[in-house]
Amino acid sequence: MGYSKDQLLVRLKELQIDFSQYEHPVVLTVEAQAKYVGNMGGALSKNLFLKDKKNRYYIVSALGDTKVDLKVLSQRLGLGKGGLRMAPEETLVEILQVPLGCVTPFAVVNESARHVSLLLDQGFRTHERCFFHPLSNDMSISLDACGLDNFLKSIGRDPSYVDLEANPPVGKDQPPDLAAYVPSVSTVLPDLPEKAPSSQNSIGNHVSAAINSAAVTAKVVKPAGNVQNVKEKSVNGVRPLFPAADVGKFVEQLLDRASALLLSEISEDSIKQHGGQLGAEVANNIKKCLREDLKNLATIFKNTAYTEGFYTGTHYQPKRL
Amino acid sequence: MEKKEDNQQEEEQVVNPWEVSGKDGGKIDYDKLIDKFGCQKLDQSFIDRVERLTSRPPHVFLRRGVFFAHRDFNEILDAYERGDKFYLYTGRGPSSEALHLGHLVPFMFTKYLQDAFKVPLVIQLTDDEKCMWKNLSVEESQRLARENAKDIIACGFDISRTFIFSDFDYVGGAFYKNMVKVAKCVTYNKAVGIFGFTGEDHIGKVSFPPVQAAPSFPSSFPHLFSGKDDLLCLIPCAIDQDPYFRMTRDVAPRIGYHKPALIEASFFPALQGETGKMSASDPNSAIYVTDSAKDINYKVNKHAYTGGQESMEKHRQYGANLEVDIPIKYLSFFLEDDAELEHIKKDYGAGRMLTGEVKKRLIEVLTELVERHRTARAAVTDETVDAFMAVRPLPNMFD
Repeated sequence: MGYSKDQLLVRLKELQIDFSQYEHPVVLTVEAQAKYVGNMGGALSKNLFLKDKKNRYYIVSALGDTKVDLKVLSQRLGLGKGGLRMAPEETLVEILQVPLGCVTPFAVVNESARHVSLLLDQGFRTHERCFFHPLSNDMSISLDACGLDNFLKSIGRDPSYVDLEANPPVGKDQPPDLAAYVPSVSTVLPDLPEKAPSSQNSIGNHVSAAINSAAVTAKVVKPAGNVQNVKEKSVNGVRPLFPAADVGKFVEQLLDRASALLLSEISEDSIKQHGGQLGAEVANNIKKCLREDLKNLATIFKNTAYTEGFYTGTHYQPKRL
Repeated sequence: MEKKEDNQQEEEQVVNPWEVSGKDGGKIDYDKLIDKFGCQKLDQSFIDRVERLTSRPPHVFLRRGVFFAHRDFNEILDAYERGDKFYLYTGRGPSSEALHLGHLVPFMFTKYLQDAFKVPLVIQLTDDEKCMWKNLSVEESQRLARENAKDIIACGFDISRTFIFSDFDYVGGAFYKNMVKVAKCVTYNKAVGIFGFTGEDHIGKVSFPPVQAAPSFPSSFPHLFSGKDDLLCLIPCAIDQDPYFRMTRDVAPRIGYHKPALIEASFFPALQGETGKMSASDPNSAIYVTDSAKDINYKVNKHAYTGGQESMEKHRQYGANLEVDIPIKYLSFFLEDDAELEHIKKDYGAGRMLTGEVKKRLIEVLTELVERHRTARAAVTDETVDAFMAVRPLPNMFD
């Protein structure tokens, strides 16, 4: 279950992080929040929950007056122009487990948000204290950047601050400077009829038990297809990790190549030219032309099967003695 | 890395790991390079011998003289004939996400060598080098290394005989011990002489060369070659990497190791011509593995430098200048059929074939190549990369 506000406050106290808390009526916007804590000597933060086209999620936490340009950010992350947009409301609840209007860096404490990338405004460091919602919008807490860092470190997150207003050029010689912030795992929300407890929602590489689900048959990707295609198909709420080495598909590919070549080799002209010898001629040509092609397909198949074995081998549970 | 302005006369061509330019901005003189570097030319007798030993046609890059120079390749072949195997070592500096065909050339050749001789291969991703020279963050260079690994894997290496490693991950242990052994044998002055370091270069750069030298020694990979200290190493690379391995070969006997052998390639020309620079910031200077058929069509048609004459009549009369024609050069890299290439060269050179037709054939060849690469690339997942990069035994590596 998601962390509650009280659990978070207790945790902060345990970590001896210095903070001040202010209760107020529920607020949904920075302006509303400002009415209650705007003059309390801390900088307000605006928090955006964003998503890219490959189901990867980001929390951008910035000072209220830092200009955040989603187009620029998208490019700096290497997502192209327009690769980033506000995440749909349901995902706030599902992934961050916070109510609407309550996006906050603290939300990454939740297991369901383990693959959400966190971008913090370097402006936070220049203020003595900054305000965030502690997982609930009827309270604001203020703490300094150090305190936030300590909290993030305690949950295994690496606190790093970014100049959100910078607009560096991005091109073939200048790699997107924020590319390291793109999560390596996308978060695919399951369409299960009943909600599974959040620990099993952990989507990503840690799904050893779920691998057994028989339906892990992602397609071997079509040519010119998206490299990430495979990762996005989700069966039974489980993202298949890699295409299975599918013998049937492999054989079909080989047969397709061979029959395409056969058809091109046997024509009226070639029959006229070779007559009875056409068989031998075609057989020879097929061997010559197909050899490399089939080897390539076979290598892909072999590598896939090996990878399956490798993954399984590194994740099996040794016999209990 | 500063240019070696003091060492270099204005007229000379410059070839080192960080800069390649011809004399007066012209073509590279490879014969002169072989002389200057002191390596050997790879002649037809070698190619025939390789064909005989491997019982298969020699790779197109050998037939067309793309791989044209070597050091001690004959020793490798002698050992192979005796029944002593060897291992392959090649690498990439992951400086950008976008790989172009020129980047793939050494890998395509290495894959052929692996298949033909049935030997294991180590691939070094010098993420530390790029972090230092291109001022990338550590995380970014590691990320690029993994991304590049996917394209490398897509070249078709055999996972049961290939170990890919990144310096940030792997340096340490036996590998580091060899790095120190190498480093002890190269004075600072020598390093300056070979690589052109100046007082302004940071010490990371100065201490990098042993990192690229260490994989030449089997003891750097105890999980693969333990007990096989005598195993020979063959390094396919582009000829601008020669300085690293000249240094390595110099050091090897002093630390009791075999010298690694080299087989070296000429440079892949930019689309706009030999004298043009292939630049990562100019997408039209090269064909990238992510280019669509449309992109390839556009780039070849609009940006390839040709040797065709200005007008149809002139062309029919004088024929094309094959020396500078890029489509012909590219076809000589990638068109498998020797007879067809000969025919095209003859007809184009005589003016019977037009530039447009040559370009059309090139576009076909390149599109097929890039398509095949993309299919293979799409099947490579993060787990595949993990498997290739895992420090694991390769029990069948010589079978």
